[in-house]
Amino acid sequence: MYAIEVERLTKIYGRGVTAVAAISDATFQIKPGELVAILGPSGSGKTTLLTAIGLINEPTHGKVVIDGATVADEGWLPGLNLKRLRREKIGFIFQAHNLIPFLTALENVMIALEINQLTRREAKGRAIELLTSLNLGHRLNNYPTALSGGEAQRVSIARALANKPKVILADEPTAALDTENGKNAMILLKKLAVENHSAILVVTHDHRMVEGFDRIFEVRDGKIISEKRNGVAK
Amino acid sequence: MNLAIRDIRYNKGRFILTSIGLGLLIGVVMSMGGIYRGLIADALSILNSTKADIWVVQQDTNGPFAESSRIPEDIRYRIALVPGVAQASPLSFQTIQIERMGKSFRFFLIGFDLSESGGPPAIIAGRNIRQKHYEIVVSKAMKMEIGEQIRLGLHNYTVVGITGKMVSSSGDPAAYVTLADAQDIQFKKENNAIRNDRERIGAKVAELTGYSPAQSKLLKQNIAGITETTHTINTVVVRLAPGANLQAVQERIRRWNHFRAISDEEQAEILVEGMIEKARMQLGLFRIILLVISAVIISLIIYTSTIDKIRVIATLKLIGAQNRVIVSLILQQSLLMGIIAFVIGYALILLTYEKFPRRIVLESFDLQALFAIVMVICSIASFAGIRKALRVEPAEALGG
Ligand SMILES: Nc1ncnc2c1ncn2[C@@H]1O[C@H](COP(=O)(O)OP(=O)(O)O)[C@@H](O)[C@H]1O
Ligand SMILES: [Mg+2]
Repeated sequence: MYAIEVERLTKIYGRGVTAVAAISDATFQIKPGELVAILGPSGSGKTTLLTAIGLINEPTHGKVVIDGATVADEGWLPGLNLKRLRREKIGFIFQAHNLIPFLTALENVMIALEINQLTRREAKGRAIELLTSLNLGHRLNNYPTALSGGEAQRVSIARALANKPKVILADEPTAALDTENGKNAMILLKKLAVENHSAILVVTHDHRMVEGFDRIFEVRDGKIISEKRNGVAK
Repeated sequence: MNLAIRDIRYNKGRFILTSIGLGLLIGVVMSMGGIYRGLIADALSILNSTKADIWVVQQDTNGPFAESSRIPEDIRYRIALVPGVAQASPLSFQTIQIERMGKSFRFFLIGFDLSESGGPPAIIAGRNIRQKHYEIVVSKAMKMEIGEQIRLGLHNYTVVGITGKMVSSSGDPAAYVTLADAQDIQFKKENNAIRNDRERIGAKVAELTGYSPAQSKLLKQNIAGITETTHTINTVVVRLAPGANLQAVQERIRRWNHFRAISDEEQAEILVEGMIEKARMQLGLFRIILLVISAVIISLIIYTSTIDKIRVIATLKLIGAQNRVIVSLILQQSLLMGIIAFVIGYALILLTYEKFPRRIVLESFDLQALFAIVMVICSIASFAGIRKALRVEPAEALGG
């Protein structure tokens, strides 16, 4: 079973003459534990693709299947609890770390667990464990403003992983980091994908960051124009 | 995890400042309720301390507080004979304004019969009046010392005792003298003035034609009597004998003696409804206006703080937080702000109410009702913010 299946996925913004197909006819499958990058210039439709898979942007056409469950087929399937699917199956990581400013590093991770029905105690234990494994044991009680860019991004990685999601979606996770920190974050993601057996889909416009990915899709103007496997063209 | 409290903890300064501002507003609302209750307490203070069953006053008047009432003193003896009356005590009331320590100073002077009821309710320093003349008991608010002398009318009066918080229905502090002294102060003029009056009226009468010399002499004597009489009082307060029927006694006094016999309950109504109604409406209107202002302010605060948190809310939605998590974040903050503002307002009143020129009475029912109203206002005020929050798209969390 695939973690992510996308079939002829198309997203059109606007109507009539102003309609823009931000992504069209994307088809691919990603297995659990696979690390996939989407590489493309700004405005090529990467974020649109990611958010359509991430259940926050309704696809206009095509099919999306997450962890075996069809969520979209010519639009969302009726009767879906999108929030629940998001919190149980998907972890998000963004360019701007998107941590909640009034929560400490620890609480930022705990909140993701608590909204997923974990008790406070369980959430705290798991969050501490996770943050410590990401070398943030000394930063538990710091607010996001007191963290460095790399630290903040690691906290948001911890938050995305907290519920052990089947799918992790990362939109330009290294864009706000320097090369060194960016590479470290990518290494971390790779390691976690393997450990958690999660499919990780990373969007980036920086080809230096995609070293060691299992597969790399290249997007231009809303279309996937190439696919490389382990750095080799398919 | 309670997000509302985390947010407040992080933005302490801002939250405390807005709560203090709201607290001041709520304090004012609270004090207005207290002022109104104080007005009632003041209006009823003499009534309650007199512990009468019936107030006998001049016919067709709402006396002796709301309207002036004058009745001859000797009526008391006739009323005392009415079956069912245990005690009939004469009382006189007058407002006095004198100069004291360079300032004009008003108080309410009560004249009572030493052997009857209607005197000072409790002596907190010194003693009650013992002599028939020239002693005065003042209330604490007059800030006079025992032994101090005060000139009223033609004589000096010595403060012999201090009584607690007694005020007239218009809030002036009360003082007590014997009935005879009160009548002296009210009616006894200087001898020269009396003589002048007598001569003047006598001369007028003498000019009248149609009287025989004997008749006009008699008239002249009677006039002298009228201009000199001091035996007028304002009310006779009646205490009923055990088992006596209030209405029956009222009816008797009314029919036999042609006076109005007002029950204590009716008197309270006259005082509260007649005299305070306007103030109540005024204060009530102010309170409503202030509560509406509070509601608008809370709405604005909650709405802007929601706008400030759009990204946080979008992130919460993105990671799958349920609507209740987001609604309670906003609603709880609003309610907490209300609670803290209420406490601040209450503390403010507790710290300052002694310094208000008029009495402030905080009744627990009023406080509870206001608290409930504040909570309702906070809930309603957060509607706009909650509506906004529920419309935030999770995708708004994306991007720089
Ligand atoms: N909400 C939107 N409404 C209309 N057009 C949009 C919207 N979001 C993105 N677009 C357009 O879709 C195209 C792809 O955008 P995006 O997916 O953000 O690309 P990328 O992430 O690769 O920079 C761009 O032309 C952009 O202007
Ligand atoms: Mg983008």
